[in-house]
Amino acid sequence: MVVFEKPHGLTDVPLHYCPGCTHGIIHRLVAEAMDELGIEGRTVGVASVGCSVMSYDYFNCDMVQAAHGRAPAVATGLKRALPDNIVFTYQGDGDLAAIGTAETVHSAARGENITIIFVNNAIYGMTGGQMAPTSLPGQVTQTSPYGRDVKTAGYPVRVCELLSSLDGPAYLERVSVDSPKAVKNAKRAILKAFRNQVEGKGFSLVEVLSTCPTNWGMTPVEALEWCRENMVPYYPLGVYKDKYADEEAAK
Amino acid sequence: MSEKVLMKGNEAIAEAAIRSGCRFYLGYPITPQTEVAAYMAKRMPKIGGTFLQAESELSAINMVYGVASAGKRCMTSSSSPGISLKCEGLSYLAACDLPSVIVNVQRGGPGLGGIQPSQSDYFQATKGSGHGDFRMIVLAPSSVQEMADLTSLAFDLADKHRMPAMILADGTIGQMMEPVELAEDMHATQYEKPWACTGTKLERGHNIINSLILKPEILERLNIERYEKYKIVESEEVRYEEYMMDDAEICIVAFGIASRVAKSAIMEARKQGVKVGLIRPITLWPFPAEPIRAAADKVKAFISVELSMGQLIYDVRLASECKKPVHLCSRVGGMITSPDYVLKKILEVNEMGGAV
Repeated sequence: MVVFEKPHGLTDVPLHYCPGCTHGIIHRLVAEAMDELGIEGRTVGVASVGCSVMSYDYFNCDMVQAAHGRAPAVATGLKRALPDNIVFTYQGDGDLAAIGTAETVHSAARGENITIIFVNNAIYGMTGGQMAPTSLPGQVTQTSPYGRDVKTAGYPVRVCELLSSLDGPAYLERVSVDSPKAVKNAKRAILKAFRNQVEGKGFSLVEVLSTCPTNWGMTPVEALEWCRENMVPYYPLGVYKDKYADEEAAK
Repeated sequence: MSEKVLMKGNEAIAEAAIRSGCRFYLGYPITPQTEVAAYMAKRMPKIGGTFLQAESELSAINMVYGVASAGKRCMTSSSSPGISLKCEGLSYLAACDLPSVIVNVQRGGPGLGGIQPSQSDYFQATKGSGHGDFRMIVLAPSSVQEMADLTSLAFDLADKHRMPAMILADGTIGQMMEPVELAEDMHATQYEKPWACTGTKLERGHNIINSLILKPEILERLNIERYEKYKIVESEEVRYEEYMMDDAEICIVAFGIASRVAKSAIMEARKQGVKVGLIRPITLWPFPAEPIRAAADKVKAFISVELSMGQLIYDVRLASECKKPVHLCSRVGGMITSPDYVLKKILEVNEMGGAV
């Protein structure tokens, strides 16, 4: 009996991510969702700009790389052209919540039938650890060396809360991957976000609180603890919108 | 079967796109091209196509990138300030070799400029429509009929050479009405697109559309290969019109609306005994350098007639290898050269002979 194996949705390419980075876990969860729903052959993924840019090499489905912040617009074009396919984006916080804010908000407002996996690690990882739209107040980064001062640098953006005011989205949930239990819960949410699209339910976004040990200057274990102790209180986990919750509960 | 109808230039673009198999239009409102969007909004839902008004030009061009990645014919249109916003996407479309059609109904600039016709995006369209080394096919219609015909051609050339193609029109041709003959089906050629991202069906390896190439030796090779393709385009796709060039002693070079004004001025100049002709580039890239080079051996001077501060003139000088003087005759900011204005310049250049 096979107890554990690599999902078919992932290629056999070694990941480039730093030790302790949680992108690997989240990639796996996305691949498992494709496997379990049997959709890999009709899925087109959109890679964004940031640490996960090279996810086009890691996912076994067809992949399109988008300009910085534009993944939801590219996904919109793909989904409109291929309504029977499954289209997802995989984006970080800089990509989705700073340079791509307009694309995020308006693809959500249109209720595009796409799935967005939003990886929030509160920092720009690829460029070496600059302040992100989701960096916490007081967080030290390369471009907030004295800690994020909200008087000059403003406040972090809570994406799920922001989007929950819109009528367009079908499903918004924030999860974490800081413990095995949290990973299991994240798996459920990501699977649901893909299943929603298969069922034509519309815009689904899962925000995954993630870690960046390298740019946070921590060990992988310390980073998981920092996420739990600092990020989770600022970014409460849970469902922010689920249009079809009642309908599903009735089943 | 074809029919003759009276149409605005912008509408002719939209109808021709539909008849060329385009079922996806993604745009954002801006004067003086809004009729393209309005026409598409009306027609697309009736024929099972997609009209989508994006939240910005940036988003619209990236939706085009998405549709093109799926291997479907698609178009966006805008006017000068909006095209500046699309330039990021144009660079990505070129880098990923994605066929797509972009329409620029030019208005006066820079900045927000005005809403009257202009040709001041010539440099942008032919030389600098985004970062990096790349080209777009650029077609310059001078009538409502050509708005339709060149739109159809743009789709074919984009597919044939796997690159973005631009219709560089202006507010005059976009807004004016003329009779136009439209073929029922302008979708001349179907192209196989095995590179498109439509799902692997678990039957092949995954397709990847991407422009991130971190290894410099590979990025260099890809750039060189793309320029090999551009050489083919340059050798196969140059289009231009020669008008009264057989005995011409002065050669006007002009495209789009400026070329029509130039033709009126040429008629008048000829009545006064001045032998002047016109070379009208229809493709701005690839540029018709050869006929201009050949003309340089025969004429005593060139006049570049354009609605910009002197952009086309650089290509005329390069093509003519500076063998003969090249004069500029232009109006800008939404002002248009009148036939009299061009005639005055012709007579002035005629007086000067071959002098600079």
